[in-house]
Amino acid sequence: MADYEVPKLNGEGYIQIPKIKPGAMAGKGPFIAKPDFQKALNFPADFQADGAGKFELVPDWKDRALNKLDDLRHRYRSLQLYLDICVKCGACTDKCHYYVGTHDPKNMPVARQDLLRKVYRRYFTFAGKHFPKLVGAVDLTEEVVDDWYNYYHQCSQCRRCSVYCPYGIDTAEVSMAAREILDHIGRGSKYNNEIISKVFKVGNNLGLPQPALADTLEGLEEDVEADTGIKVRFPLDEEGAEVLLVTPSADFFAEPHVDGLMGYAKVFHEAGISWTLSSYASEGANFGMFIGSYENMRRIALRIREAAIKLKVKRIVFGECGHAWRVAYSFLNTLAGPFDFLDPKYPVPQHILEVTWGLIQNGKLVIDKTQNDDKVLTFHDSCNVARGSRMGDKPGGQFEYPRNVIKAVCNHFVDMPADTIHDATYCCGGGGGLLTDDLMELRIKGAQPRMEALKYVTEQQGVTHMAAICAICKSQFTKVIPYYGFKMDQIVSVHQLVSKALVLQRPVSVQARPDDDDEDDENDDA
Amino acid sequence: MALDIGGKTIATDEEGYLENLNDWTPEVATAMALAEETPVALNDEHWEIINFLREYYEEYQIAPAVRVLTKAVGKRLGADKGNSKYLYSLFPYGPGKQACKYAGLPKPTGCV
Repeated sequence: MADYEVPKLNGEGYIQIPKIKPGAMAGKGPFIAKPDFQKALNFPADFQADGAGKFELVPDWKDRALNKLDDLRHRYRSLQLYLDICVKCGACTDKCHYYVGTHDPKNMPVARQDLLRKVYRRYFTFAGKHFPKLVGAVDLTEEVVDDWYNYYHQCSQCRRCSVYCPYGIDTAEVSMAAREILDHIGRGSKYNNEIISKVFKVGNNLGLPQPALADTLEGLEEDVEADTGIKVRFPLDEEGAEVLLVTPSADFFAEPHVDGLMGYAKVFHEAGISWTLSSYASEGANFGMFIGSYENMRRIALRIREAAIKLKVKRIVFGECGHAWRVAYSFLNTLAGPFDFLDPKYPVPQHILEVTWGLIQNGKLVIDKTQNDDKVLTFHDSCNVARGSRMGDKPGGQFEYPRNVIKAVCNHFVDMPADTIHDATYCCGGGGGLLTDDLMELRIKGAQPRMEALKYVTEQQGVTHMAAICAICKSQFTKVIPYYGFKMDQIVSVHQLVSKALVLQRPVSVQARPDDDDEDDENDDA
Repeated sequence: MALDIGGKTIATDEEGYLENLNDWTPEVATAMALAEETPVALNDEHWEIINFLREYYEEYQIAPAVRVLTKAVGKRLGADKGNSKYLYSLFPYGPGKQACKYAGLPKPTGCV
């Protein structure tokens, strides 16, 4: 582990609001996307690196930035409103995990918004055009662009600040708009844009091609069979299945994500629901949202529609992925609908937790809770699920469903302090397109409030594991909690707990292949 | 960034991954490991992993999932080594990323 200055936890379960340290996180921001990546996303690519390897801005960058801002404030009335309405009351200032962890005043949500607002005022308001100094309006300069790039990539768009804003200003939307403007002047982030270009080329953020996916799934079938004696299927591209499962590609690749995927498979198996993954739409996480690009978000979402039609499924179910669920729950119908070809008896789309909780309530799953008796669980509400979506048909279902499922499969569950859960939850510190190694210092510092809460329940109530329902949360925590003295395997998937406790009763999968019974077990090759 | 291998300059990206995957040779891996902040001298155990990653990439054009890797290592080197603890002991920055870099594979991206 490389050395970073790690915030000290006080063990009290709440955070001390730090004194400001201006410029604490000044810097260049994450790596900049090359013109090739920008081109793949239909962004301007007429810029290049100068002799020193630094990327220039596109020609006429100032006009192009202002035109984009003007375009966006007309397209999204919310943005115009947010830019106009802030009264600087200060309610948001201490609500951002990045401010708490870094002490940099530009990470106060109001200050972050003002980076864009001050330029908006200068060019688009009467007062700002004529009396800029009186209203805090400034000219758009390269220094301002550098500040945008740096500080709009220190916002995970988690929307905690908006919960406390008396006007409901959503900093996430301001930050998305800023990134969209930056993408039009040669300042895209490499992490996000390389990933989106992989979705268009291969079908998922990882760049996992169909043969590799098929091989990985086959390996999982072997593992579950070795463990349970039952051939639980992990179907890929199987036409006519009832359910299309869309899940983050991290579920095929990383740990503990893959343990969650095994949980989904067992639930479908046990319920006798035929299902399939799609190699074409093998990604849940829609990074188009992170960069505020409606067009790219739509291109990604349309792949799910195309896959659903091609595979002739009747339902679409999403796996454990915070941003996938935000986009799916809030935007899928207008982005890629109408979904009139799906079975209207089921919600479109449906979350895997809705499926599992429904089956548990109806007594369709046999559960042995003692299998999880070695753990005391707590649950981390993922920001985009908590504040951008719902589960079931009642307000707050997104808080209840995961907890209900955990409590149904585990005997020991406690919640973290009330101002760190439900809609007051803290971001893991790596959401919104920041889960990249070049932002590691920010990620470690941004995790501080969650770590404070986790430490408290660990010490006071003996919590041993924290469950999550988002691929980013799982990867981020696995990586950063060792810096705070925890172990990486203390992070678990909710469906990993389900997988552990579920006692399989169905001997043969409803999707069993004809040769499943008489398959010779080949000897391992030497 | 670039590596200097016996007088030949090899281009790498901002994070030290090869720009051109065909540039890989065993000397490249050795040089990359030695160029770390705390230099790593690659031993046979490292090479087992690096060679497996290259074989897998050859076939599937992607790095193997952590689980695939641990399973394969368990089969080849014994069950006590088929776990991520062992891999992290060899590649403390994460087997997925650090080992891929030395093996000349592209970096796994996404929510990983």
